[in-house]
Amino acid sequence: MAKLALFFFLSSLIFSSSLSFQSDELLVDDDEFGLEGAKPQSTELYTSSSPSSSSPQHQQTPTIRKRYSDPDLDSKVQFTLEHAFGDSDFSIAGTFSARLKTWSHGGKTLTKLRFSRNGFSAEEKDTFKNLLKGDDFYRIRVPSNVISPPGKKFVVASVRARCLPRDGLDEHFVIHMEGANILAVSYGSLGACQYPRQFKLPAKWSFNSHTILKSSEQAPRTPIFTEEILGSENAEGEVEPPPEKSFWAKYWMYLIPLGLVVMNAVTQATNMADEQTGGLAGGTQVQQAARRR
Amino acid sequence: MAMAIRFTLLLLLFLSSAIVSFSLYEDQVGLMDWHQRYIGKVKHAVFHTQKTGRKRVIVSTEENVVASLDLRHGEIFWRHVLGTNDAIDGVDIALGKYVITLSSEGSALRAWNLPDGQMVWETSLHGAQHSKSLLSVPTNLKVDKAYPILVFGGGYLHAVSAIDGEVLWKKDFTAEGFEVQRVLQPPGSSIIYVLGFVNSSEAVVYQIDSKSGEVVAQKNMAFPAGFSGEISSVSSDKVVVLDSTRSILVTIGFLDGDISFQKTSISDLVEDSGKAEILSPLLSNMLAVKVNKRTIFVRVGGEGKLEVVDSLSDETAMSDSLPVADDQVAFASVHHEGSKIHLMVKLVDDLDTVLLRESIQMDQHRGRVHKVFINNYIRTDRSNGFRALIVMEDHSLLLLQQGAIVWSREEGLASVTDVTTAELPVEKDGVSVAKVEHTLFDWLKGHMLKLKGTLLLASPEDVAAIQEMRMKSSGRNKLTRDHNGFRKLFIALTRAGKLFALHTGDGRIVWSMLLNSPSKSETCERPSGISLYQWQVPHHHAMDENPSVLVVGRCGSDSSAPGVLSFVDVYTGKEISSSDMGHSVVQVMPLPFTDSTEQRLHLIADTNGHVHLYPKTSEALSIFQHEFQNVYWYTVEADEGIIRGHAMKSSCSSETADEYCFTTRELWTVVFPSESEKVISTLTRKPNEVVHTQAKVNTDQDLLYKYVSRNLLFVATVSPKGAGEIGSATPEESTLVVYLIDTITGRILHRLSHQGCQGPVHAVFSENWVVYHYFNLRAHKYEVTVVEIYDQSRAENKNVWKLVLGKHNLTAPISSYSRPEVFTKSQSYFFAQSVKTIAVTSTAKGITSKQLLIGTIGDQILALDKRFVDPRRTLNPSQAEKEEGIIPLTDSLPIIPQSYITHSLKVEGLRGIVTAPAKLESTTHVFAYGVDLFYTRLAPSKTYDSLTDDFSYALLLITIVALVAAIYITWVLSEKKELSEKWR
Repeated sequence: MAKLALFFFLSSLIFSSSLSFQSDELLVDDDEFGLEGAKPQSTELYTSSSPSSSSPQHQQTPTIRKRYSDPDLDSKVQFTLEHAFGDSDFSIAGTFSARLKTWSHGGKTLTKLRFSRNGFSAEEKDTFKNLLKGDDFYRIRVPSNVISPPGKKFVVASVRARCLPRDGLDEHFVIHMEGANILAVSYGSLGACQYPRQFKLPAKWSFNSHTILKSSEQAPRTPIFTEEILGSENAEGEVEPPPEKSFWAKYWMYLIPLGLVVMNAVTQATNMADEQTGGLAGGTQVQQAARRR
Repeated sequence: MAMAIRFTLLLLLFLSSAIVSFSLYEDQVGLMDWHQRYIGKVKHAVFHTQKTGRKRVIVSTEENVVASLDLRHGEIFWRHVLGTNDAIDGVDIALGKYVITLSSEGSALRAWNLPDGQMVWETSLHGAQHSKSLLSVPTNLKVDKAYPILVFGGGYLHAVSAIDGEVLWKKDFTAEGFEVQRVLQPPGSSIIYVLGFVNSSEAVVYQIDSKSGEVVAQKNMAFPAGFSGEISSVSSDKVVVLDSTRSILVTIGFLDGDISFQKTSISDLVEDSGKAEILSPLLSNMLAVKVNKRTIFVRVGGEGKLEVVDSLSDETAMSDSLPVADDQVAFASVHHEGSKIHLMVKLVDDLDTVLLRESIQMDQHRGRVHKVFINNYIRTDRSNGFRALIVMEDHSLLLLQQGAIVWSREEGLASVTDVTTAELPVEKDGVSVAKVEHTLFDWLKGHMLKLKGTLLLASPEDVAAIQEMRMKSSGRNKLTRDHNGFRKLFIALTRAGKLFALHTGDGRIVWSMLLNSPSKSETCERPSGISLYQWQVPHHHAMDENPSVLVVGRCGSDSSAPGVLSFVDVYTGKEISSSDMGHSVVQVMPLPFTDSTEQRLHLIADTNGHVHLYPKTSEALSIFQHEFQNVYWYTVEADEGIIRGHAMKSSCSSETADEYCFTTRELWTVVFPSESEKVISTLTRKPNEVVHTQAKVNTDQDLLYKYVSRNLLFVATVSPKGAGEIGSATPEESTLVVYLIDTITGRILHRLSHQGCQGPVHAVFSENWVVYHYFNLRAHKYEVTVVEIYDQSRAENKNVWKLVLGKHNLTAPISSYSRPEVFTKSQSYFFAQSVKTIAVTSTAKGITSKQLLIGTIGDQILALDKRFVDPRRTLNPSQAEKEEGIIPLTDSLPIIPQSYITHSLKVEGLRGIVTAPAKLESTTHVFAYGVDLFYTRLAPSKTYDSLTDDFSYALLLITIVALVAAIYITWVLSEKKELSEKWR
């Protein structure tokens, strides 16, 4: 009975979680979804938007949900993704929204990045097909400063259009951040893009987007001091006795000459015996021969 | 304690066994290395020939060298290379025994002992502002046993005692903004006259008591038209200046403290006048003015009246005037005529009296004469003789005497800007190597000597003989290719635009060539060389073609100036062809394609964002069109902090008719925020580097695949505050960030920040690793960090069965558009020295282990095994790791004195190190350049594939003969014994 109850409980949990996954949660006020405890350095934030959504409804939210303690320091920012087909002009293709977190030391980092991708319009589909035919570049750009776009310049990235289509259109953004500035965007499909690239139309004209935020890592350094090693060695005090050598290892220099002498003596002895027997045999042969005569 | 000692001993033993010693024995110095000492282009020269001792000339150069040269042979008695920021402003001799140099804009005054170059004293004079500096060493001024030297710099006039460098007095002129132009001292008076300008519009003369520095009298007079700053003093109380419009000569007389101006328009002197320029030579009562590309001599009369006495063509170089006997003053002028130069020494007062007229055959590749310095001597027949030191356009220094070149120095080699290598011609049939060895007897004798040497029986004479024989017999100076690839040419491009081919054997100049402009136009008579590329290296086909190099030059200094291409045959040193490009040169990119004659395709980017294809042949165009889609390039805009990636777009035939011109489009950008990062260093791999194995086997039989990509760019940025000198920022302010960027897609593959670190960054990039050197502000030490990048996407190919069955992706083409699965390993070490440059050894097949060649601040080159900068070093390596050669982790990198490949020598002013592989896998050529040149051959893992030069073949032969004889004798003996036994 208890087992049954547990089963029900678990299944309800699964059910509810799957329910929450499909819920039409409107994530307008996302103050409560802070990534607390995330370090300013080496934050990697992973979001992925489910296919074909022009509104941010179907987004997976990060797993950690904690009430953020100091919401005054946060502000929401939005910046647009623009795309261009080949050499065409850039046009709006989607919106990134994120929370700008201000740290006590004055640094600013982006957390909780969301992305909503606009689907291709019919006209854009045709242009994209042309790109696929010509194996041309599909280019995107984002502003280099997210607080006051477009900042200094736009950060541009591009990919051969033929790399994108899988089942749908696979895209993968790695956004390298420095504070509130975007340094670079690595853009491409998730998997490999084998050369020579084959012409292939996507089955579904919808984007499957994945986004990663990256900031720089600290250089590792193993702090070591030779003196300490020596010191610790000293402190141990107990010296491990050198491993006992084998008998052969100890006395090989005596054993080899001895062996040689012995072998020499043995061969001499056998030679002597041989000579004697040989001499005897010869004698008998002679005798036999003599007898034959 | 005992354990500690034992441990250190063990460690020492281990280290000594682990580190292969690369030092050489004393008698091996100079066998495969050479060292050449230079001084650079001479700026000033002071002769010192009065005494009966050694005749010498003191020179200061543009490479900030002060040197004393032997006037007989041109050898360097002594020399001092001042720092790169310590430019020499003036040089003179004081008291007949000290060489006085003024440097760093008049803030460093030094005295060197004339015979041996020891520094006698040094005085630093602090100036308040930047101004031109002036050194004046009065010959007969004496103040209380002190002989003052007058120095103006930084707004102050200092009188410094020549004996001990003590500042006697100083006069502050900073408030008035007074710029001293001339210091004159009438003989027999303790009053010195200091003439200068205030704001270039007012002439001021101070009379200063030389004992106390007090101003006795002051006179000033405004000149509203303004002075241009060029000044020529013609006598003890007169100077001539140009006004700001450069059309009026103003004679300023300041006799007895009164200032008088006298204006003479240049148009009164010559017919068609333009902008004039006063030339630097100091001539008494006369000045040289350059107007309309002609040089006119203007005599200054007693009342300041000017008259033209002579006029010469523009290409005439003149010396300062020199007093000769009988109160006469002479000067020298040199001009070209065909392949000859004409040296004339004339009297200043009477230009028709020519004291000396010589014409000398001159190499065309030395260019024009830039500077002349003359010196007189008394001939054996008691008449006046003259010798002239001339500086040519290619920076070479020559001494002319008695109508001949007494000696010459190729000082252009002190300013090498780019180096490449070239092969020597193949040995022709009929030239036998046996000719090197004279007879069998000589050969045997030589080997007997060597044998003696090896058995330590040789006397000092024998050692010398062996040494000499080694030098000769190795045939290392021949001008043909050798089997091991030890003989090569280093082609060096100098700042003067001259190409030199240096032989690796002994460093001699095989040929040299001064770049010419193809158009010979006036705007671009002599292009300055930018860079050097291997244009044609025939090795598979087109073997009958000579290899050639491409020199890219530029007409003018700014980057938008039109470029010039020159193709030079490496064997002969002759220019095959040259052409005006008709566009600017921003970037030259050698492509990995060659045409049927093995000419390498090059792309040259101009300022308009177009790229141009060379060579301009239809074949090259078709090759390029075939790869059109796969050509990418990138630009680094360090000032803007942007790196851009580009791809080819189309032919720019719509704009111009040039079918070899292409437009490009921007593919990606990496934008560094200007408030936090500033690009200080970028680096790529050498394009011709060979990687032998793509995999690295770990101790646990695990495989790591190196991420070997030609399209990786290493970028180092630093916070803007930390971009200054070391120590100018606090650790909190400065952060160093390094990146590895894929230049096709603009992906950042690796990003690492070093808090509290600062540049300058010196880096080296090879195979899949980068080693870079920077300063750690927290630890107050220099650090070296290594980053190795490995490919994870191929990590599954470890299974042998997969390899056997072909189920691996090792042969699949790698596309940059695939998402790279890479991981990096890195480690930092302290390094005790500051570094000028880093290079890495390169060998023919890339099998030999690598050494880092670190050019230290002491101008030496340290060879450090790559094993020391391995990120996999651990504190306590296991037995297996030790067997693999992993060294226990230490805090800092060791500097082993024996591993200085320059041994006791210094490559003064070291700027770069170039390595090139020899044909023999174990060996690599190393060429280091700065003010000096140094070459050596290195074998990072010892010469495992060849016998050493001093291998005793005789010993081997004798041993073999003896063994054969012994075998024969014993065989005979045993036969005999057997026979006798059978008979028994």
